[in-house]
Amino acid sequence: MAEPFRIKDCALVTISTGASAQNLREFCQLLQRVPVESIYSHFYEGLLRFSFDDPEFRNDFAQWAKRALHDSVLAERLGIIDPHDYPTLEHLREALVEIVEDRLYETRYIPWARRGEEFYFLVSQTVVFDTGLVARSPRQLAQLIPRLSPSSIYYHFIEARRRLENKMDDFTFWLQSFGDEYQELVQRLSEIEYYFCSLSELRDRLARAFAPWQTGSKKRLKEKAR
Amino acid sequence: MVVEKKLKNYIPIVGEEVIAQLEQLSRALAGKIIVHINSTREGGGVAEILERMVVLMNELGLKTYWEVIQADGNFFQITKKLHNSLQGWEQDFPKNWLDQYMEVNEANAQKFKPLLENADFVFIHDPQPLPIIYFFPKRKGKWIWRCHIDLSQPHRPIWKQIKPLVELYDASIFSLVNFSQPLNHPMYIIPPSIDPLSDKNRELSPEEIDRYREEFNLDPQKQILLQVSRFDRFKDPIGVIRAFKMVREHQPVQLVLAGGGATDDPEGGQVLQEVLEVAEGEEDIHILNLPPESDLAINALQRMATIVLQKSLREGFGLTVTEALWKSKPVIGGEAGGIKLQVINYHTGFLVNTPEGAALRIRYLLEHPELIKQMGEKGHKFVKENFLLTRHLRDYLVLMIGILYGGRNLIEL
Repeated sequence: MAEPFRIKDCALVTISTGASAQNLREFCQLLQRVPVESIYSHFYEGLLRFSFDDPEFRNDFAQWAKRALHDSVLAERLGIIDPHDYPTLEHLREALVEIVEDRLYETRYIPWARRGEEFYFLVSQTVVFDTGLVARSPRQLAQLIPRLSPSSIYYHFIEARRRLENKMDDFTFWLQSFGDEYQELVQRLSEIEYYFCSLSELRDRLARAFAPWQTGSKKRLKEKAR
Repeated sequence: MVVEKKLKNYIPIVGEEVIAQLEQLSRALAGKIIVHINSTREGGGVAEILERMVVLMNELGLKTYWEVIQADGNFFQITKKLHNSLQGWEQDFPKNWLDQYMEVNEANAQKFKPLLENADFVFIHDPQPLPIIYFFPKRKGKWIWRCHIDLSQPHRPIWKQIKPLVELYDASIFSLVNFSQPLNHPMYIIPPSIDPLSDKNRELSPEEIDRYREEFNLDPQKQILLQVSRFDRFKDPIGVIRAFKMVREHQPVQLVLAGGGATDDPEGGQVLQEVLEVAEGEEDIHILNLPPESDLAINALQRMATIVLQKSLREGFGLTVTEALWKSKPVIGGEAGGIKLQVINYHTGFLVNTPEGAALRIRYLLEHPELIKQMGEKGHKFVKENFLLTRHLRDYLVLMIGILYGGRNLIEL
C-alpha cells in the first residue's frame, strides 16, 4: 500500500545577487561565477514571477539576448536549452558559457544593452508548505489536480526534478509505487512538454492526462475510448 | 484611520487558494512581533499599503505595529532633498543637514525603544527613518530597510553618506531589481501592490461616480484625460498640460490633474502654484488639490476617465498606474521606473518621453475606442495576477520565513 500523496505548495521571493551585466562579455564572466542556483532560477523560477506577456523564450538568458542585446542568433541557441538535459547545474553552466563564448568569438563587436536593460542575476528563496490536501489513491489525485494552484503544480512537476533521482516529477514517483498498474498514466505524464508551458497551461495538460483516472475503471475505459 | 478588513473578503477577487497560502505561511510566524516605521500616516503609496498590510498581518496572527516618526517641517525639507538626491538629482547636502537628520532619528529611536527592542522584525520604510537603526547597536530582531524609491542612479556624494547606514540592516527590499544598489546584505525584490477592497479601488456605482462628476464640475459630454499624483516636478504636471493643449486642438476633451500633499513633501505647495498659473483661464483644465481622505474621489475620477496619464520623469513603482489598470483604463506613462514594467506598448497603454509623444498617443487612442477597451481588459487581468495586496503580503511572509531559516534557498515548513 503506497503512502498517501500529500499536496504541497510553495511561494518564492526573489533576491538580487548584486551582479549585473551591461554587455555580453560581462555576462559571460558573471555566468561563470554567480551561484549556480541563480542559473536554475533564470530557467524555471521565472514561471513563478510576474510577467505581462507570453515570452518568446522560456528562459531569461535567451529573453535578454533577444530584447536587450537584439541578438537573435544567441537568443535561439540559449532558448532551446533545457536544464534537465544536463546531469548537474554545473554542467548546465558550462554549456551556457560555451554558447556565449562561441558567440563572442563569432561577432565582430560586443553586443551592449542600453542603460536600464542590464541583465540582473537573481536567486530565489522558496518556502514549501503543506496544503492539507491528501490523495489516498491516483483517482483522488486525478480529482485534485484541476484545483491545484500554479505554484503547487510548479513544486510537484518541475521543482521535483531537482530533488528526485532520475529527474522525476512527484506524481510519477508516487504512481510508480503502485507497480505497473498506472504505467499508462505515467507514460502520459512523461509526454508532457512542460518546458514550453505556463503553469496554468501545465495544470490543464496534467488535468487532461489524469482525466480518465478521475472515475471508476468502466467509465475510464469509455473516457479513453473517446 | 485603520479599516477592519477580513481576509475572506478577498476570496471573491483572488480565489480561495491564495488566502489558504497566506494562512499556511503565516503559521510559521505565529506570535512574532513585527514593527513598521515610516514618515507619514496618510498621503502617498507607502502609507496606503501599510494601512492595509498591518491589519491583514494582525489577522494572520502576527503582532504587527505601525509607527510614524515625529518631525518638524525643517526635517522634511531636508529629507525631501535627500529623497530627490537618492533618485539622482544633484544638489548639495551640507553637514548640518546630516546632523539634523540624525538628531531627529535619534529622538524617534528613543521614543520607539521599548517596542523596537522587543520586535522580531523591524521594517523601516524609505530614507526618512533610515538612521533609526544606528541607535540600536544591540538589536535582537532582524531589521529590514524597505526602499520604495528608485535608487538606480543616486547622486554619489549623498549615497556615500547614506550607504553605511543602509548596510547596518540585515536585508533590504527594493521594488524592482534595477532600483537597487550593490549592498553587503540580501536584497529582496518585492513590487508594491494595491488593495482591491480599499475606497480607492473598490467597485463604484454609476451614481457614486456621477456624484463626483458634478462635485468637480466636469463636463459630462467631454472625455476625461486624468493624471493623479502629488504636485511634484518629477510627475511633470506642466508637461501633461502641454500635451493636453496639443490634443484639444483636434478633439473635445477635458483634463483633470488631481493631487494632494503629504506631510513629508514640503515642495507640493510651490509646484501646485506653478501648475495653477499655467492652467489659469483654461476652463477645460481642472486642477483638484484633494485632501488626504479623498480616496473615493480618486477612485471615481479614475473610473470616469477615458485615458489615464502618468507622465513622470522619475518614478518609484507608480502605483497610480496600477490603480488605473485595475480600473481597466489604458495608461500613457513616462518611460521611467516601474511605469516601464506596467505600461506595455499596444497592450496596456503607451510609454512616452515628451509632451508631444503623450499628445500623439492620446489622439491615437481617442480614435480607436475598441483598443481602449482591449487594453483596459488586459491591464485589469495583469494587476489581478501580479499587483494585489495579497501577493505583496505573501512576499513579506516568505521573506520573514526566509530570514528566520537563515537564508536557505529551499525551506520546507
